[in-house]
Amino acid sequence: MPEAAVIATFRNSDAVRAAARFAGVSAVALLVFALVLLAAGKDPLSAYAQTFRHTLASSYGFSELLVRMTPLLLAAVAVALPSRLGLINVGGEGQLYMGAFAASAGVFLFPGAPAWLLLPLVVIGGFLGGAVWAAIPGALRAAKLVNETVATLLLNYVAPLIVGYFIFGPWRTTENSAYPESSPYPPAAMLPNLFGTRIHAGLLIALAALAVYWVLMEKTRWGIEMRAIGGNPEAARRLGIAVPVWIVAALAIGGGFAGLAGMGEAMGITGRLRQTLSPGYGFAGFLIAWLAGGRPLGILFMSFLFAIITAAGDTLQISQGLPYAVVNILLATILFVVLASRGGWGVSR
Amino acid sequence: MTTPLLLGLLAGAILSGTSLLYATLGETIVERSGIVNLGLEGLLLVGASVGFSVTAISGNPWLGLVAAAAAGALVNLALGWLVVTRKANQLASGLAMMFFGFGASALIGAPHVGAVIRGLPKWRPAWLADLSWVQATTLFKYDLLTWLAVPVAGFVWWLLFRTRWGLGLRAVGENPNAAFASGRDPGVFQYQALCLGGVLGGIAGAHLSLSLTGTWAEYMTAGRGFIAIALVIFSKWDPVRVIVGTLLFGGAEALELQLQARGSLISPFLLEMFPYLLTIAVLLAWGGSRRLAAPASLGRTFYGSS
Repeated sequence: MPEAAVIATFRNSDAVRAAARFAGVSAVALLVFALVLLAAGKDPLSAYAQTFRHTLASSYGFSELLVRMTPLLLAAVAVALPSRLGLINVGGEGQLYMGAFAASAGVFLFPGAPAWLLLPLVVIGGFLGGAVWAAIPGALRAAKLVNETVATLLLNYVAPLIVGYFIFGPWRTTENSAYPESSPYPPAAMLPNLFGTRIHAGLLIALAALAVYWVLMEKTRWGIEMRAIGGNPEAARRLGIAVPVWIVAALAIGGGFAGLAGMGEAMGITGRLRQTLSPGYGFAGFLIAWLAGGRPLGILFMSFLFAIITAAGDTLQISQGLPYAVVNILLATILFVVLASRGGWGVSR
Repeated sequence: MTTPLLLGLLAGAILSGTSLLYATLGETIVERSGIVNLGLEGLLLVGASVGFSVTAISGNPWLGLVAAAAAGALVNLALGWLVVTRKANQLASGLAMMFFGFGASALIGAPHVGAVIRGLPKWRPAWLADLSWVQATTLFKYDLLTWLAVPVAGFVWWLLFRTRWGLGLRAVGENPNAAFASGRDPGVFQYQALCLGGVLGGIAGAHLSLSLTGTWAEYMTAGRGFIAIALVIFSKWDPVRVIVGTLLFGGAEALELQLQARGSLISPFLLEMFPYLLTIAVLLAWGGSRRLAAPASLGRTFYGSS
């Protein structure tokens, strides 16, 4: 084969093109965000260097990335699964809080139970909390009453209020605490840590969720039915697929995964229920799933990238004195560049 | 002297309904052109932070208001570039603008957290000020934006339903191919609608920080953008019905405050849920039957006439 043809084949391979696109998008987004930082009177180079030092450059930083990646992975699967049916779940944030809430309820009901009972209880509780919360908009959509986009968005604002009611009320800690939080969970309810780092068993749950998602979609009859609904709901209905049941089920399973993300944050990291459990993991999950086009490997990769971005948010806050929320500009810039350059990473539009 | 509950509710509904009204009117115009702007929440935050910062620096709330309106238009024009020019997915583009609004408003507002400003001036006509039942409430003591709320809604209705431009805009939202065939460029109408909607959204945000609260706080809009999107559906994409819808929701917020002020035993957390749950309940009761009122091409991308 002539050399030119080899290069052409190489250039046309999907993986290379995806990598090239990714590099291009990242470069443009980082450049635009650097201008934003400059406008805010900060040195973008030192901010980027600090972020790099605090994340990829040290083994501690790297383990922290996996800690952050855990809720992001789950929140992304929570969006990707319903999206196969054409459902838009932008309620990951609320589902996450309800998962943490239900898991906490289990712990506070049986505070003295042993770990072999409490750990399954918090996992089931976390899943159910998010699942029930997502099943509400699912049922409203299945009955053709309320659009699931609007309903899931609105419920995001209700869930933290339920958490607030309990941590200011019945579950309030008796310690002299600087900010409102619940009493600590008993040690038996905490997810075990891995490798002597802050990485907890939630990461394994998240990877399992991603695997379940992949198997469900690609290898089972259910996945085919769900994709059929996403392709053409009317045709799917005529084929005898129970469309309303699938709508509720897909949102509930998705919500359950988001609920597990909340459980992981509470039982794996904070050790208490707080109203500040998530800095927007639910919304980030939507973007990850969308950017990855719902593909499992893409979700894995994008979650890692978003973990770096949220770490950058901490760097901006701690060492540059900017509000954490500023990192949202970087998120928006990445999305903006992807949206503006047609095609995305094979994203369907 | 305590105010009668109903009067207090009405007064509070008008005050907190004002920004919701401007936001919902803006979204109505945008959706009439066939575009769903899920980023409205971010747009409101940009309006609130720009309005507050410019007022804090210049000491002139009118300058803040104008700056907020201009910033709102700019944000929506950026959205327009994505969804009209680049023909990108509207929902994802809207969420991108929402994130942009979260971040940009935090950055713009950060130096002015806790600043004390002179907000938009409020006045009450002398002949109304003499009435004893008026004196105990905030009724009729409004800033310019609240006084103009109903006329602006009427103006938007006139614009959409009684002008050639409005006819063209609605045609684009219903069937861009037919509009194109009749010599109208759908993209131009959509950019114009987004610009107008951005101005109204910027004003809506500025009313929150310059009049209703007089402060700036991150995420201070607390979901009003999403409530406004739901209100557009509730009011069947009709600017006059928007007045009713915003009064209802302003009332829900006022009820929460009135009950808290009267020492209600209901937890404030439960009361704060009320507007969101009411929004869902309203969509539940009326949303299904209203789908037919939606612009037929809402959310679809116009790829050019084939």
